[in-house]
Amino acid sequence: MTADRAPSPAGEPSAASTREIRRETMLINMGPQHPSTHGVLRLLLELDGETVLSCTPIVGYLHTGIEKNTEYRTWQQGVTFVTRADYLSPFFNEVGYCLAVEKLLGIEAPPRAQVLRVLFCEMNRIASHLVWLATSGLELGAVSVMLYGFRERERILDIFEAATGLRMNHAYVRIGGVVMDLPDDGLDSIGDFLQTMPGRIDEYESLLTQNPIWIQRNLGVGRLSAKDALAVGVTGPTLRAAGPARDVRRDEPYSGYETYDFDVVTSDGADCYARYLVRIGEMRQSLRIVQQCVERLREPGPVMVEDPKVRWPAHLEVGPDGIGNSPRYITHIMEESMEALIHHFKMVTEGVSVPPGEVYVPVESPRGELGFYVVSDGGNRPYRVKMRDPSFVNLQATPQMVEGGLVADVIAVIASIDPVLGGVDR
Amino acid sequence: MNAAGIADRVRMSYPEVVVSREEASVSVGRDELLAALGSFRDDPGLRLDFLSSVTATDRPGVDPRFWVVYELSSTELHHRLRVKVGVSDEDPRVPSATGLFPTADWHERETYDFFGVVFDGHPELRRILLPDDWEGWPLRKTEELGGVNTRFHGAFIPPVDRRTS
Repeated sequence: MTADRAPSPAGEPSAASTREIRRETMLINMGPQHPSTHGVLRLLLELDGETVLSCTPIVGYLHTGIEKNTEYRTWQQGVTFVTRADYLSPFFNEVGYCLAVEKLLGIEAPPRAQVLRVLFCEMNRIASHLVWLATSGLELGAVSVMLYGFRERERILDIFEAATGLRMNHAYVRIGGVVMDLPDDGLDSIGDFLQTMPGRIDEYESLLTQNPIWIQRNLGVGRLSAKDALAVGVTGPTLRAAGPARDVRRDEPYSGYETYDFDVVTSDGADCYARYLVRIGEMRQSLRIVQQCVERLREPGPVMVEDPKVRWPAHLEVGPDGIGNSPRYITHIMEESMEALIHHFKMVTEGVSVPPGEVYVPVESPRGELGFYVVSDGGNRPYRVKMRDPSFVNLQATPQMVEGGLVADVIAVIASIDPVLGGVDR
Repeated sequence: MNAAGIADRVRMSYPEVVVSREEASVSVGRDELLAALGSFRDDPGLRLDFLSSVTATDRPGVDPRFWVVYELSSTELHHRLRVKVGVSDEDPRVPSATGLFPTADWHERETYDFFGVVFDGHPELRRILLPDDWEGWPLRKTEELGGVNTRFHGAFIPPVDRRTS
């Protein structure tokens, strides 16, 4: 062995060979089909051993042209398209779209319809956060949390199904109100849910909050400061976990949120663990809001505007196979009133004409600011519907959060952003 | 601040302000876009420091054909302002806002992807939601819709704007 090839005294490889090794980085594709990418997200990772040098998110695999589609359908049909974008928070898509169209029309939904919208949105927020808890728990090895999360979500979906006829993509919120009132036992089943859910959230917390593995996988991982988060447009729990109490429900209240008692949950950890704490806290706040909604719903009232030029003419009911026209209404238009039939035909085929103009209406979805920029040229179809989806914008922060960290932490970071690719790609 | 207040403040420098449905919109020229966005962000009375959204609308046959639309909001004052830039069919270019608002990156890529509006100075302007080799700008009104070929006796389902029933 010659002297110059001998190992250095400390046993480290020589400078020349280190350079040789460091030069080799590995490019790997994580996704688009990967169990932990929450859909079809592809991350192009450049790795040096276990360290992530760079990360490029590649999206679009779930693009379905929802915005373009709405331009060729009536205003009312638009609801059934936008609800399918972020499929874990359908009520928020519907509420945002309908609020925008109502703003263009210059109308407001009746008070009871607004309470129902808030009720279903907050139930939906809990359901969405439960999916986040279940899937991110699963990805980090906490399988029991996955089972519990989906168990409770199923109870919420049962309530949705009883009220709207569908578990997802409800098209329950319509222009001018909601499609129908709660079923007779609706308040009771929501009441039961409100009784059991706080204890269940305690259960999740007892499994995770002090769990050493959970803490090791999340604490200090995926840090994103408030300044950086705001610069790349991050909103929702991911931003609030870094400090700023930015919440559309509080800052620019809609549907009467200013009259509800709730706290905007924040944290200053700015890491995956803080995002976990914020979402757990938000579920408790949502329960508070749902409780207040239940109290307000004891008084009956209309759930759709009276104006026959706006309201959907049919009287819908939940039948054995989902929402459909009520037999009483069918009898009315088919056997009793020719005028009712003509009116029904015109409203269904032609729809409502919306005065020209443009509006931007934000709502606070489980993932942040969901904005609807809607333009009308005065016709019976939208001229342009733009969805500002929070998942799409929040994903931009991925490189900042994972670069320099370990490849295993990429999983925790993606989970902590809680992206829904249906919303990202639209 | 309410929309009228924002409009009054903005009107001093950029006169083309409209308040409609309690929302303030200002139209600026392409050359003054970045200066306008920067001044709205740094004005202590406006503090529009958050860019919510960038998109465009297409009106073929009208000049300007495209309106690029920026939705600004304030994290402290909780108000909003819409900034619009009109660009022509022949020269659909606007300067990129990524230097002022890093979040504009993906928003501008999406707008480019859908409308073919080019953002000069964008660090990596390429398609984002559509495949890299896609031809055309799908959200332009002039884009022809596709139908669906079926395997049922060669039947073709026409696109929604050419259906007769």
